[in-house]
Amino acid sequence: MDRRQFLVGTGALGFGTSLATLLQTLPAAAETDTIIVAIGDTITTLDVLRTGLSRASYQVSVNAYDRLVGFDTKVNPDGTVSYDSTKLHGELAESWEIAPEGMSIVFKLRPNAVFHDGSPVTAEDVKWSYDRTLGVGGFPPYQMAVGRMEKAEQFEVVDAKTFRLNVTKPSKLTLPDLATPIPAIFNSKVAKANATQSDPWANDFLHRNEAGSGAFKVEKWEPGQQLVYVRNEQWVGGTLPKVKRVIIREIPNQATRRSLLERGDVHVAFDIPGKTAKELIESPKVKVVGQPIANTLHVVVPNLTFEPFKDKNVRKAIAYAIPYEQIFQQAAFGRGTPMFGAASAEPKDITWPQPFPYGTDLAKAKAFMAQSAHKEGFEVPFAFDITMPWGEATALLVKEGLEGIGIRCNLERVSAANWRTLALVQKKYPLMLENFGGWLDTLDYYFFFSFKKSIFSAGDYDNPEMTALISKTMDMPVTDPDYAPSAKRMLEIAFEDTVRIPLWQPWLETAMLPNATGYQNWFHRGVDARPLALT
Amino acid sequence: MASRSIPSLVLRRLLQAVPALAGIIVVTFVLTRALPGDPAILFAGPTADEQTIAQVRKNLGLDQPLPVQFALYVKSLAHGDLGRSISTGQGVGEELIRRIPASLELTLVALFLSVSIAVPLGVMAATRPNSWVDHLCRVTVSSGVSLPPFFTGLAFIALFYVYLGWAPAPMGRLNMLYSTPPHVTGLYVLDAIFAGDPKTAKAALFQLLLPASTLALFTAAPIARMTRGAMLQILQSDFVRTARAAGLARRTVLWTYAFRNAMLPVITTFGMVFSFTLGANVLVEKVFSWPGLGSFAVDALVSSDYAAVQGFVLAMAVIFGLLNLVIDIVYTLVEPRLRIDA
Repeated sequence: MDRRQFLVGTGALGFGTSLATLLQTLPAAAETDTIIVAIGDTITTLDVLRTGLSRASYQVSVNAYDRLVGFDTKVNPDGTVSYDSTKLHGELAESWEIAPEGMSIVFKLRPNAVFHDGSPVTAEDVKWSYDRTLGVGGFPPYQMAVGRMEKAEQFEVVDAKTFRLNVTKPSKLTLPDLATPIPAIFNSKVAKANATQSDPWANDFLHRNEAGSGAFKVEKWEPGQQLVYVRNEQWVGGTLPKVKRVIIREIPNQATRRSLLERGDVHVAFDIPGKTAKELIESPKVKVVGQPIANTLHVVVPNLTFEPFKDKNVRKAIAYAIPYEQIFQQAAFGRGTPMFGAASAEPKDITWPQPFPYGTDLAKAKAFMAQSAHKEGFEVPFAFDITMPWGEATALLVKEGLEGIGIRCNLERVSAANWRTLALVQKKYPLMLENFGGWLDTLDYYFFFSFKKSIFSAGDYDNPEMTALISKTMDMPVTDPDYAPSAKRMLEIAFEDTVRIPLWQPWLETAMLPNATGYQNWFHRGVDARPLALT
Repeated sequence: MASRSIPSLVLRRLLQAVPALAGIIVVTFVLTRALPGDPAILFAGPTADEQTIAQVRKNLGLDQPLPVQFALYVKSLAHGDLGRSISTGQGVGEELIRRIPASLELTLVALFLSVSIAVPLGVMAATRPNSWVDHLCRVTVSSGVSLPPFFTGLAFIALFYVYLGWAPAPMGRLNMLYSTPPHVTGLYVLDAIFAGDPKTAKAALFQLLLPASTLALFTAAPIARMTRGAMLQILQSDFVRTARAAGLARRTVLWTYAFRNAMLPVITTFGMVFSFTLGANVLVEKVFSWPGLGSFAVDALVSSDYAAVQGFVLAMAVIFGLLNLVIDIVYTLVEPRLRIDA
């Protein structure tokens, strides 16, 4: 190429394309056997046991894999459907029987259950999958330990279709724990065939390949773009899905997700911000479902290592100085369940979560402040994770409220990568916003993570009576006569000690076209594609 | 004075790049380790205890001392292994191979649009300073630069997709009605043409239009400014005056004499805009669900995803080096004097 040719060439590129032919649009996907769901997060793996998987990845375990048992669903008063943490049904298990002393559970597998490659599901597969949850390390063994499953010897193959689970201690959490995304049943023959010396659990293979027996097969996975499920016609774990294909499309920007839904190019926009939900609820073109996120509370946490917060009066002053209603309207857009303003300091029952008896009452706040050793006020760093969408507005309003009682907050915006290290592990911040949530929906489970000295509790709270009550109630069935009084006492202490000041329970919001039905709210905060349908 | 051929220029540049790349490898390794936060704690999840975190740290190879980590990193680099991105779960190499073409395709179309608007506009503005054309150029340029691209992007979506319905759904590189064309270049439009599938090529091109226009509006500004400035200077120079005095046609003077000489700074600007657009158009990528390099890099940074950040910086360094090389070759084609060793 010489100079002349080059210059001529660049000119010739000019306006080669006619704009008119470009300005046409394509038809939207309109078949009724394919449902398109837009999600904001990204699916990072097909293997639920992989280290560092994103929350969106849990749905693969739900849709393409089965567990031994699953939670039932219930219809809420407003007609929406949620999972029911109190009732279980068999997925791969046809039946199960708990031994008299509660030290083991024997599961009978469904005789006709097959994996996606057609091979039968056996007790060997269950054992291999459970062994793997302990073998891969990281978070899965921790989740299993909650249900008292800690050693591979506890998982026993009785015969091809019978599996016995021995527990170290009878616990009410064992069966519900088996219904979480972690103990999914993998096709062990396929996995073992792809295991290597350095990768005995076939982690690399299962990261990219699905080997389950679930309602859908993974037809295609384009990381960062989409995941396509196709119905498994041989599924025996539940009612066969109504749609043949489900496309999970990753749309990071929430405004784009909303536009796609309003134009009808996607059927469901999953996990939308409260503000959008509030706006869309007025729209006749879409319907919005907002349901509480299981066992999750947005709270203000004073850290007890910080001198002024050692004084209960200061903590109570804070609890009465927060402008709850304003925060609820401006940071949550009124979409959530308020967790403030209970009429009595006495817990009415052991419902969890339930509103705490704090409300905005400046006179009371000032009175508590006056009783404390810090009546002249003080300055305190107030931290929150910048990725929490509700953080900024909430922090500003709390700051404003606390100024009224002489506490001056300096806001510290912490990046997500830093948050856990600084706030939870090093417990560096004196005052912060926090939002712990647990999969298993009981009071003791939440208290286990949040009301005792541990790596999860940012406030460094340590009350021996509370700690003893937590260990006592963790495994105890909720029907035990001792459970309700213990739980009530735990609530009383929590109310009195004021170490976590709840604001509201957040909702998981999803908007969908009027013809999309079957949406269910799940504790794992993922898309359960199995009941979705188009009418 | 020896005349340098293009192959020798290429060879010399490639050799010069080796120490620079080595430096970049060391610096990015050190810098990523200086990022705030602990990836082991982050990726262990919200309910992990000390033991779990320790195990995750071991799984990620972060329990080793830094020099050992570096040695391992260099060793795997030598085998062409860039490590695994924790935040996307994929190999960094695979991610880059998938994302570079996505960003490249978007950038190329955007810059094609941008140059075809900005260069004529700049030239016209320079020939008629302070006329309405010049003002138009100024207004276009200022508004293009002052409107943040994510805003323009959302406005374009609202107008062309939501209200007018002209543009296809902003859901990435290809609507799900089409399947990805077989990988040749990674550029979907080209790949679809190679595969003899004009429908998919058209669909992929449609998907590009809105994000590319958004970027074009933003990138047109520096190119138009540079064209106008360079042209103004050249048009006042002696040789143009001479050419005019000699009675050459206005067209000949403008395009053959002035424009060619004004191209050098424009090409330089173009090169800078190109590399910037390739790696840093995060917001446009997010708005249009485009699986490109920018959003990958930012997500990696936010989550202290060491391997991903290192891989991204390395890839950008290589691309930037190659781009500079191409620009230098283009220089020598436009301006033969540059081929002569000074």
